[in-house]
Amino acid sequence: MHTVVELQGVHKRFGSNTVLRGVSFQVARGEVVAIIGKSGSGKSTALRCINRLEQIDAGQISVCGHALHAAGLDLRGLRRDVGIVFQGYNLFPHLTVLQNITLGPTAVKRMPVGQAQTLAQQVLARVGLADKAEAYPEQLSGGQQQRVAIARSLALQPQLMLFDEVTSALDPELTGEVLKVMEQMASEGMTMILVTHEMAFARRVADQVIFMHQGQVWEQGGPEILDAPVTPELRSFVGTGL
Amino acid sequence: MSEEQLLSLLQGAWGTVLLSGLTLLLGGIAGLALALARVSALPPLRRLAAAWIQLIQGTPLLVLMGVCFYGPALAGVGTVEALPAAATAMLIYASAFLGEIWRGCIQSVHKSQWEAAECIGLSRWQRMRMIVLPQALRMATPPTVGFAVQVIKNTSVASLVIGFAELSYNAKVLNNSTFQPFLYFGSAALLYFAMCYPLSRWSRALERKLHAHRR
Repeated sequence: MHTVVELQGVHKRFGSNTVLRGVSFQVARGEVVAIIGKSGSGKSTALRCINRLEQIDAGQISVCGHALHAAGLDLRGLRRDVGIVFQGYNLFPHLTVLQNITLGPTAVKRMPVGQAQTLAQQVLARVGLADKAEAYPEQLSGGQQQRVAIARSLALQPQLMLFDEVTSALDPELTGEVLKVMEQMASEGMTMILVTHEMAFARRVADQVIFMHQGQVWEQGGPEILDAPVTPELRSFVGTGL
Repeated sequence: MSEEQLLSLLQGAWGTVLLSGLTLLLGGIAGLALALARVSALPPLRRLAAAWIQLIQGTPLLVLMGVCFYGPALAGVGTVEALPAAATAMLIYASAFLGEIWRGCIQSVHKSQWEAAECIGLSRWQRMRMIVLPQALRMATPPTVGFAVQVIKNTSVASLVIGFAELSYNAKVLNNSTFQPFLYFGSAALLYFAMCYPLSRWSRALERKLHAHRR
C-alpha cells in the first residue's frame, strides 16, 4: 500500500478555539475517503490543512512526499500535486472557462498555450462541458461551474484531489451531475478526499469513511460503519438522515 | 469677448489639462505602488504606506502646494518652476487618494479568489496581476474617474499659491480687468465641463467593456 496522505496528531487552533485535537489518518493511492461530521467538527479545516491553506499548530502531515511541517517546503510543488474544489466553485469571473483552465498549466507549468488549450478541451470533455469553453462562469449553472472547477484542477494533473462540500450549494439535480463526474474520477483511480454530506454517495463510492466529532476522528472504517455505527455520536448523526 | 481674451482662456485650459494629465499619470503610478504596499505581505511596508496616506489625506492641497513651491527655496536648495512644483504637490495629493481607493478595491476581491489562485499554484505576484487586479479594476473605475474629475477642478488651487496660469487663474485675471464675471467664469465653467464630461463618458464605456462577462 502506497500512502499518499498521512496525518499524525494534527492540532489546529484559531485563536482560542481549538478546531483539530490530534487528528490522524492515512490515505492510500487510489483510495476514496469521505470525511463526514457535523458543522464545526473540523472536517473542512482538516481538508484545508492537507494542501496547507491552513498551517497546523502541532503534529505532522505528509502529502505526496511533501512534508508540510518541514522548513523549505516546496509549496508550489505541493499545490501542483494536490487539486482542490470548493463549495463556492471559486472560478475566476473575468476569465472564460477555457482561460480559467489554461491559466494553471501555462502560468505555473509553463506549458505552451496551444498545448494547454488542447489539454483544457480534454478535461472539459471529461466533465461533459466540451461546448462551454468560451462561456464566462456567470453564464453557467452552479453544477456546470462546479464541473469547470473540477476540470481546472484536473488540468494540473494532480495526484490527489480534495473536495470541500462541493455539492452543498447545489440543488439535487445539479448535485447528481457533479457526483457523476466525481464517481467517474474515482473509478479511474484518482486518490480523493471529500468532505461531504452526501451519505448515499459516501456509501457507494468511498473506500474509507472518517467521522469527525469535536475536532477528532471519532469513528473510522469502511462505508459499512454508516450502517452499523458504534459510537452514539455517529449513530445520532446518521440517524438525522443527512 | 475678444480673440485675445478667448485665447487667454484657452491657454489657461491648456495649463489645466497639462497639470491634470501629469497629476493623473504620475499620481496613478505612485498610487498603484501605495495600494500594493498597503496590501503587502510585509507589515513595515503596510504601516509606512498607511502613515503616508493618513498624513497626506490630512493635509490641505493648498499647504502641499506651498511646501512644494517655497520649500526648496527655504531649505536652500534653489527655486522650482511653477509647473514642476504644482505637479509635485498634485502628485503627492493624488497618490494618497488613489492609493486608498485602489487598496479598497483590491481588498474587496473576495478572499476565496486569492485561495483558488493559490491552489492552482500561482505565485503571489501572479495572483495579484492575473486574478485580483483585473477584478479590482472593474470596481475601481467609477471612484477613480470621480477622483480624476476632482483633480481637474482642484488644479485651480495651483494658481492661488504658485501663480501657475491655469483656467481659473486666467478667468480671474480677465474678470479683474473687464468686470464681467458671468462671462469669464461662465466660459471657464464650460471649459471645465468640456474636460470632465468626456472622462465620465469614457468611464461608462470602460465599465461596459469590463463587465462583458455579465452580458
